[in-house]
Order: sequence, then C-alpha cells, then structure tokens
Amino acid sequence: MASTETQPATTEPRPDDERATSAAATTAARETPAPGSDLAGLEAGLDALDTHATARPALGEALRHKVLPPVLAVVLVLALWQAAFALDLKPDYQLPGPLMVWDALAEEWYKGTILGVVWQSVSRGALGFGVALVAGTPLGLLVARVRPVRAAIGPILSGLQSLPSVAWVPAAIIWFGLTNATIYAVVLLGAVPSIANGLVAGVDRIDPLHLRAGKVIGARGLRGVRHVLLPAALPGYIAGLKQGWAFSWRSLMAAELIATSPELGVGLGRLLDTGRSYQDMPLVLGAILLILLVGIGIELLVFAPVERRVLRHRGLLR
Amino acid sequence: MTVTTAAGTAARLTHVTKSFGPQQVLDDISVDVAPGEFVTLLGASGCGKSTLLNLVAGLDAPTTGTIEVPGGRPALMFQEHALFPWLTAGKNIELALKMRGMPRADRTDEAERLLRLVRLRGAYTKRVHELSGGMRQRVALARALAQDSRLLLMDEPFAALDAITRDVLHEELTRVWSETNVAVLFVTHNVREAVRLAERVVLLSSRPGRVARQWEVGIPHPRRIEDADVAALSVEITEQLRGEIRRHGQH
Repeated sequence: MASTETQPATTEPRPDDERATSAAATTAARETPAPGSDLAGLEAGLDALDTHATARPALGEALRHKVLPPVLAVVLVLALWQAAFALDLKPDYQLPGPLMVWDALAEEWYKGTILGVVWQSVSRGALGFGVALVAGTPLGLLVARVRPVRAAIGPILSGLQSLPSVAWVPAAIIWFGLTNATIYAVVLLGAVPSIANGLVAGVDRIDPLHLRAGKVIGARGLRGVRHVLLPAALPGYIAGLKQGWAFSWRSLMAAELIATSPELGVGLGRLLDTGRSYQDMPLVLGAILLILLVGIGIELLVFAPVERRVLRHRGLLR
Repeated sequence: MTVTTAAGTAARLTHVTKSFGPQQVLDDISVDVAPGEFVTLLGASGCGKSTLLNLVAGLDAPTTGTIEVPGGRPALMFQEHALFPWLTAGKNIELALKMRGMPRADRTDEAERLLRLVRLRGAYTKRVHELSGGMRQRVALARALAQDSRLLLMDEPFAALDAITRDVLHEELTRVWSETNVAVLFVTHNVREAVRLAERVVLLSSRPGRVARQWEVGIPHPRRIEDADVAALSVEITEQLRGEIRRHGQH
C-alpha cells in the first residue's frame, strides 16, 4: 500500500500549515474508516502540502495601495498647476488657475446644460461602441479562424488601427453630410478594427492543448467555438474591447469637434469648440477635463472590474 | 481497406502506418486492446507513441490501415492536465458530460460522483489554479471518465509529476481502472511505470515505430513499483529497449 515514510505529513499537520490543510484534512477525516484509507490519507496529505491558499488583501490595505497613490498624484498635479498660475508664468487668459476652470464648469452646471452635453457624447459613444462590438466580434472570429480571410484582410485590419480615425472625418462628411451618420461612421471605423484585432490576438494566444482537449471531449464546430474558443480567447478579447472603447471615444471627440452643426446637438466636442471660438480657456480646459473623466470613468467602472474578474478566475492576477 | 467486425475489442489497430511527408513514423502496427484491458505502449523517443494515440483518439487519420474503436470516441488524457482555466473543477467535468449529451439536471450529481471517485470530494468549486499538480491530473482523469467511453487513452499523464505524487496516482489509477472496467491504452517511456500498471506491455521500436515485442504481466495486484517481480521484468524489458536504441547508433 502507500509508502509509510510520508505518512507523518498527514497525521501531524504542522501548525503553520493549518490554513492550507483544513480543507483537505476534513476530506481525509471523513474517509478514514473506509478500507484503503491509507492511500486516501496519503493523498489528502499531499493535496494539503501542495495547495496554497491565497487570501485577498484586507480593504484597508487595498485602499492604501490602490487608491492613495493616484489621489496623491492628482493632488500634486493640481498643486503644480496652482503654483504655475500663482507665479504668472503665462497671462491668465492662456493659463487659468484650477479654480477658474472649476468656476467655468460650475457656470455650465448652473445653466443646467452640462449633464445634457455629457450624456449626448456618452450615449453616442456607447451606441457606437455597441455597434462596433456587434460588427467587430464576428469579423475578428472570421479573421482568426479562416485562413484565406486572414491572408486577405488581416494586414489591412491591423493597418487600419494605426490610421487616426480623424482622417475619415472629411470623407464621412462628403458621404453623409453633417449628420449623425458621419459621426457614427467615424466612430465605427475607429473601434471595429481594435475589437476585431483584440479577438484575433486572443484567439492566437490560446493554448493549442485546450483546443485539442476540447476536440477530445466532443466540442467541435460551433459548440467548440462557444464552449472552448471564445472563453479561451476572453482575456485578449476584453483587452481589445478596452482599446475599442478608447478608440470610439477618441474618434467621437474628433468627429464632434470637426463636424459641428446645430442639428447635431451639443456634445463635449462641440463644447470644446465653443470654448475655442470665444477664446474661453477655462471652458476649454474644463471640457478637456470632462472628456478625460468620462474616458477614465468608463474604464474604471465598466472594463476594469470585468477584466479583473476574468483574470482572477484564471489565476492570472495576484 | 476492409472493415471487420470488432466485437469483443475496445480498440483494434490493423496494419496501421503513418507518414508525415517522406518521413514514416509508424510502420505496420497491429494491436488489439480487449474490453477492460490495461495495455501500455512503451518506447524511446521517436517511436511515434503520441502520434499513435492521436490516431486512436481520432485527432488524425492513419496513412494506411484501419483503426476501429467500437465503444465510441475514446477519452484522452494528456501529460499536462489540459483543464480549462475559465471553469471550476466541477464545471470542467460537467462540460464533458454536456458534450456527451447528458441532461442538465443530472450533470451536477454525476460530476460530484466522479470527483468522489478520484477522491476529490469538495473540490467542485475549486479553480484549476487553486489545485496542486496531482489534484489537477485527478480532475483530468475524472473529466476523461465523464465521457463514459469504453477506452481511455493516456499520453504520459504522470510524467510531469514529482515521484511521490506519481506513485500515489499509479495506485489511484489502478483502483479507478478496476472499479470502472474501462480499457486503458497508456503511453510511457518509463519501463517500471509500464510494468507497474499494465496487464500487457507493448514495446515499440523507433524510427519508424514498429511493434518490437509484447509481454504479458502476470504479477498480481496490488503491485508496488519497488516489487522484486516488477523490477525483474523491468530489467528484461529495459535490456530489449536498449538493444532497440543501440541499433540506431550503428547506422
């Protein structure tokens, strides 16, 4: 039966191993009376010795390590800005202080328009991103899995990523005029290649062993795509989605800034343009700040939690 | 190619050859595995062991010859556990059950039963990265058994484990095999492992792989890898294996 020299590992768990042994030890205890328990006990001991329980850090510690540094960085930047303003390095109309920018934003807030402006842009960005998601996912899957398609459009797709989507604005205006279609066309041309490329990268990085294992258990064809290929490619896909959102948002701002028309409503890009035309530097900086905040906010509230969850489940996050 | 009735076998390989381009990897392999039999394929590098398993698993087709597996698609265990890291241990097993067509309502109970069979009660919700190497291979064994195939193919499944764990898993595999009546075709380059586990050892020569010789292992269970009988037969087989390897140094 089981080798006796390793037996002490199970019968005398070291006190410092208590945390790791507890789960397996209960299994062993339950099965002790059964015949062949020698092996069961040995196995439970091995399992306990080889398993390392990982505890998530306490909330206080997490706050200190994750929240404090960025807050300090923001405070530092504001302090430097205020110092530059106080030293009059540039005239006020070129370099307003943080408080002047705050006042400009507060003024927009009291006019009651600012939420509408932000929502105009965010809803456009979200809709454009949604359509890009629906278009980019099958496209990425085709490029990743069908060899001729990959040879034909793979290089074009990755090339499109390096083309700034603002370059499409004049073309889109000629095609669609000053309409929402122009704005969405630019957003899609920016985001679809990112999402498709992300999925291609995700599929390329799948461990071939997982694909073979999927085939062996009978996950072939569409079932293989659904149960093995897509979940295996998920980390790369999510990275692609994050980038896709960043590209949507950038393209949207470029489009709103250039394609201005009363019929298009006022988004953040338009607010920026208004500030420029009135030489209103506090408003311009305020609009830039809002664009930045929305971009960071969506990243932190939507993509970061999903990504962390996926990576933690796979043991890819410490 | 003739299709013969293969009733009464778990797998029948008839004059199988396999070439990749000009290179012949397998030459005229004929092996029968009886239902419930434990056969190890033994050989040095270049004998095409893994290629042969891929053919039997249906992941590749032989160049000539026939392979019959009457019990349906065989299960296959790899050297690496090949568990899906996005699923828990239990869900990995359930996916195999689902692919086999088992109704959703029965899957959880069956997955729990298979986990108990490999002595991993309570590991259902564990993520793959939370399990030790030996535990992962036991979950992989449970997933392979979940296919309910009459033939289990194993491609050096314990080669990457430490010696103590491997020893325990030998015992575990022997127990599971005797409890389930599944036929096993086990590939290894470890002579003692082959003798420790199998009812029959098939020695393959290298480049191209041919059946060099077969041994019936009459040693009664429970066996230990340290047993004198196991050691004696291992020495005999090792001598033959070394002879096969020496031939390649001569030309």
